[in-house]
Amino acid sequence: MQHSTPELVPEHITPPSTMALLRRNPAALAAAMLLFVLVLAALFVAPILVDAASSTDLRGRNAPPFDFGRNWLFVLGADALGRPILPRIIVAAQNTLLIAGCSVVFALGVGSGLGLIAGYVGGTISQILMRVADIIMSFPSLLLAVIVLYMLEPSIFNLVIVLTITRIPVYLRTTRAEVMEIRKRMFVQASAVMGASHLRIILTHILPIVLPTLMTIATLEFAFVVLAESSLSFLGIGIQPPDITWGMMVAQGKPYLTQAWWLSFWPGLAIILTTLSLALLSNWMRLAFDPAQRWRLEL
Amino acid sequence: MLKHLRNRLISSLLSLAALIVIVFFLSRLTGDPSALYLPLDASIESRENFREINGLNDPLIVQFSSFAKDIVQFDFGKSLRTSRPALEMVLEAFIWTLQLALITIALVILVATVIGSLAAFNVGGLFDRVATVVSLIGASAPDFWIAIVGILIFSIGFGWLPTSGTGSLLHWVLPVAILFIRPFGLITQVVRNSMIAALHAPYTKTARAKGAGPRRIIFGHSLRNAALPIVTVMGDQAAGMLNGAVIVETIFGFPGVGKLMIDSILMRDFSVILASIVVTAIAILLMNILIDLSYAALDPRTRA
Repeated sequence: MQHSTPELVPEHITPPSTMALLRRNPAALAAAMLLFVLVLAALFVAPILVDAASSTDLRGRNAPPFDFGRNWLFVLGADALGRPILPRIIVAAQNTLLIAGCSVVFALGVGSGLGLIAGYVGGTISQILMRVADIIMSFPSLLLAVIVLYMLEPSIFNLVIVLTITRIPVYLRTTRAEVMEIRKRMFVQASAVMGASHLRIILTHILPIVLPTLMTIATLEFAFVVLAESSLSFLGIGIQPPDITWGMMVAQGKPYLTQAWWLSFWPGLAIILTTLSLALLSNWMRLAFDPAQRWRLEL
Repeated sequence: MLKHLRNRLISSLLSLAALIVIVFFLSRLTGDPSALYLPLDASIESRENFREINGLNDPLIVQFSSFAKDIVQFDFGKSLRTSRPALEMVLEAFIWTLQLALITIALVILVATVIGSLAAFNVGGLFDRVATVVSLIGASAPDFWIAIVGILIFSIGFGWLPTSGTGSLLHWVLPVAILFIRPFGLITQVVRNSMIAALHAPYTKTARAKGAGPRRIIFGHSLRNAALPIVTVMGDQAAGMLNGAVIVETIFGFPGVGKLMIDSILMRDFSVILASIVVTAIAILLMNILIDLSYAALDPRTRA
């Protein structure tokens, strides 16, 4: 007699890819798309609009938004010198994203690099790095930036340096804490026993585990840096005219608040949409990149 | 605990010292301090005179030791703008900022705890969703823009609240509300997450089995255990609140230390800047120690 064994193992289920997971989460998808469009606009549309963004038209001073009798560039209105707001926002996005992007990449690189060393080597190096991080963290970052930019000249380069230095401790602490825990796990010891070099262990065994956490933090940090840069520019200590950023546009519109609310409103809306998208995306990444939490999204 | 407190004190003093060293060398590295201290239109003779009087022709080490000595004795010199002692001006302004910060912190703790706990009690429910969205927006909103929109709506639109200055109780409403938003967003999220963990802990099950009502479970059992991470984040936020205070005070013309600092920077009033840096750093140092002490009060395990 022949009997077939019942199929115990169900048909092989392929876990959904990260992109598929993103498609299933409307909030995260909208956030990712908005950021994608923003980056495209800053990269490819902004260079075309540079002239339009700085051309003054005194007859169109404080022109109201949604006045369709005008050129489409004036759809969001015009500022106190008659410069159209929409192109200015797109051109300003270039500066804002450039500064925030550079600061995040530098801080991520330096912070996680030092964190890997501190966590892997431990000892005195680790202690010194942590104390330095404590010192940086113990003072409000905005005030620190204000002081440094007051002493040095406010330029894009100095702004990036300040925003980088004040944010390095975030990555340093997280990376160090994770590495210290991973280093003790069995597979790391196994590869050490098999003769892997320190560099190989760090790069191929430890870094891939820390990386998702770092990407999640970096996304949230991007929002923080955009806010910090905007605040500095708003206070007049960040980017200086004729360069523009969103924070500066809000500041420039402030004196005209009673006559023309749109001068400050639109650039501020651009900031909040950007930071909110980054926060949503970071929230989603925290679940998507964590094997223990990923099932929540796969349901 | 005492050992921890001592370590905290030492590292805080170290960071204060490091800050002073950095400020000193930045002010020297970037060129002639007479450019920092004297008004922009000072003559060459008066600059030369200033250098001689202040010993700026001495070696750097000598300069630094006299600089440090003055600071340790809280002698920051006089303000260029008002000719009053810089420290006096800073302390006067600091009281305002302290009041603003304390009122806001109290409100944040109260509101965020209640909302975060209620959201955690019914994860995924309508209240939870609304609370999550609101706190997410709050945590990522640019405070200077919210302030401007607030002025637009409540001061210009309805005419309920004054746009700037101090005087009546109404003058406090907008500054406190704006300063409230960012920490409220963050703390609500932390309360929610740490309450979700606490509500799933075994002791909560026990309490539920014994028939305790939801209010008693949330506020009597879970919240006390969830309080530790909340205090940690609140501590970080309290230092960050000074960031917010700079913005809020500048926009609303509130005579606190943040506005004083920005004004001094724009007027290049170096002695006042220095005094506000040191006073702020000391305030943060004291606050960190207070937070450590509150750990001990909340969690007996850390008292060892």
